[in-house]
Amino acid sequence: MSNPTLAELLIVACSEAFRGNGEIVATGIGPIPRLGASLAKLTHTPELLMTDGEAWLVEEPVPIGPRAYDDRKASGYLPFSRYFDSAVWTGKRHAMVSPNQIDRFGQMNISALGGTYDKPKVMMLGARGFPGNTIHHANSMFVPGHSKRVFVEGEVDMVSSVGYNPARRVPGANYSGVDLRQMITDLCVMDFGGPDNAVRLVSVHPGVTVDQVKAETGFDLVLEGDVPTTRLPTADELAIIAKLDPHNVRASVIKDNPSADRKIAA
Amino acid sequence: MDKRLSFDDFVAELSDGMTIGIAGWGPRRKPMALVRAILRSDLKDLTIVAYGGADVGMLLAAGKVKKLIFGFVSLDAIPLEPYFRKARQAGGLEVMELDEAHLQWGLKAAALRLPFLPTRVGFGTDLMTHNGFKTVTSPYDDGEVLVAMPALKLDAALIHVQRADHWGNVQALGPDTYYDEWFAKAATRTYVSAEEVVERMDFSHPDDARANIFERCFVHGVIEAKCGAHPSSLPPSYGWDMGALKAYTASAAEEGGWDKYMAEVIGADEAGYIDRVGGADKIAALPLPIF
Repeated sequence: MSNPTLAELLIVACSEAFRGNGEIVATGIGPIPRLGASLAKLTHTPELLMTDGEAWLVEEPVPIGPRAYDDRKASGYLPFSRYFDSAVWTGKRHAMVSPNQIDRFGQMNISALGGTYDKPKVMMLGARGFPGNTIHHANSMFVPGHSKRVFVEGEVDMVSSVGYNPARRVPGANYSGVDLRQMITDLCVMDFGGPDNAVRLVSVHPGVTVDQVKAETGFDLVLEGDVPTTRLPTADELAIIAKLDPHNVRASVIKDNPSADRKIAA
Repeated sequence: MDKRLSFDDFVAELSDGMTIGIAGWGPRRKPMALVRAILRSDLKDLTIVAYGGADVGMLLAAGKVKKLIFGFVSLDAIPLEPYFRKARQAGGLEVMELDEAHLQWGLKAAALRLPFLPTRVGFGTDLMTHNGFKTVTSPYDDGEVLVAMPALKLDAALIHVQRADHWGNVQALGPDTYYDEWFAKAATRTYVSAEEVVERMDFSHPDDARANIFERCFVHGVIEAKCGAHPSSLPPSYGWDMGALKAYTASAAEEGGWDKYMAEVIGADEAGYIDRVGGADKIAALPLPIF
């Protein structure tokens, strides 16, 4: 067997974010988070709900990349027309997303970069579902290129989601649904487990140093003792990933598709 | 009770400055033939309300839009809508940027003839200040403070489906109805274009009555439009036209690209448009997208 790739290690790390989540809709946006959620359902957390990306719930996660339209078998129905009622505002969901910017409070930006609100330098999608997702259900983040451009020093340019910033908390409003879980990057895994939900370094990937992570992050990280190394995929996990991604889309996510251990050639 | 209209009749019912809701979702089941009729008209200063795709991009490119109320604008497989970006980055476009769920909530408020509906969505984000959202406090013991999402009242809603009849009964056969029902109910007048217009749905397609996604009392005009969702998708009838969407996207990168696209692709009439993009048979054979 060839060495596992970093992409495969990241898929496994993403899958761990869904471990034991129960009967909620697991949504992974983009190839790595989606493969992570699918792997979680096929291994440790079969009770997860998942869609085919269109309107149908499936118990066999749909492979990514080209396939026949009708080759998924629906177990249920979850169209956009009832997504907010069924999955989002009820809290029955855990989404893993890839925002353009993230700050120390876990506030994300997918709307616009730079300039002014009237005239942004780079317009992106708009806030999409982020305000509602983040006040109602669990969210995690996947960042394929860990840098200070993503993990910014101040607040993000356009705050598209609610985080843990005390200055933005309106008295009397209900923030009990705010539940930011893990941030999985090409360098490390972080969470919000520090004091007052400060960002904490959970593990570094093989061959990555803590100093390297600190140098690429625009805010301070909470460190608790020796930081462990992110585990490698097992042979079983690699086999399932290969089935879920028959066209090897995962090889194109991280530049040059490096090995899981940066010190070993892929 | 005969609600049939031509494209010209439809355009004549609209006027400058109207607030128009466009149903569908991004590149999915958009009433594009009706949008093209507006592009070919002199209408201007519109407020557009949408889960936007090329419908919004084209209306922005043509200078028809004064204000945009949106949950997102995206072509899905092409994430960033090119003319939406251009319009925003040029500055001066009035916008109400919403969470996806705010938009349907505002339509529901309008449909139910309420001034607003409460929600937690928006707290902690810049949408609060940009939109000037006000809050309300629960009068019950919990005393919770909530965002008051204002009603999004529409002068007109535009919707595309597979079938309609002369009386305004509609059938949308795809697996997802999106929020079309709420666009229809939030509007003073709703215009439905359909691939096929029959005299009486109960005579022709009674077995598909569950595909009637809103009642005919909410329908004011029915326009026959074969391939009327193109280049967006109309599942299960046809997929989106990725080639056409790429050509449209590429036009935004050229000097004078929109004018050329308007002249050479949108053109002067709908029948000519279908021919220019390859014909009805080609569109009917477009594969359904997989996700």
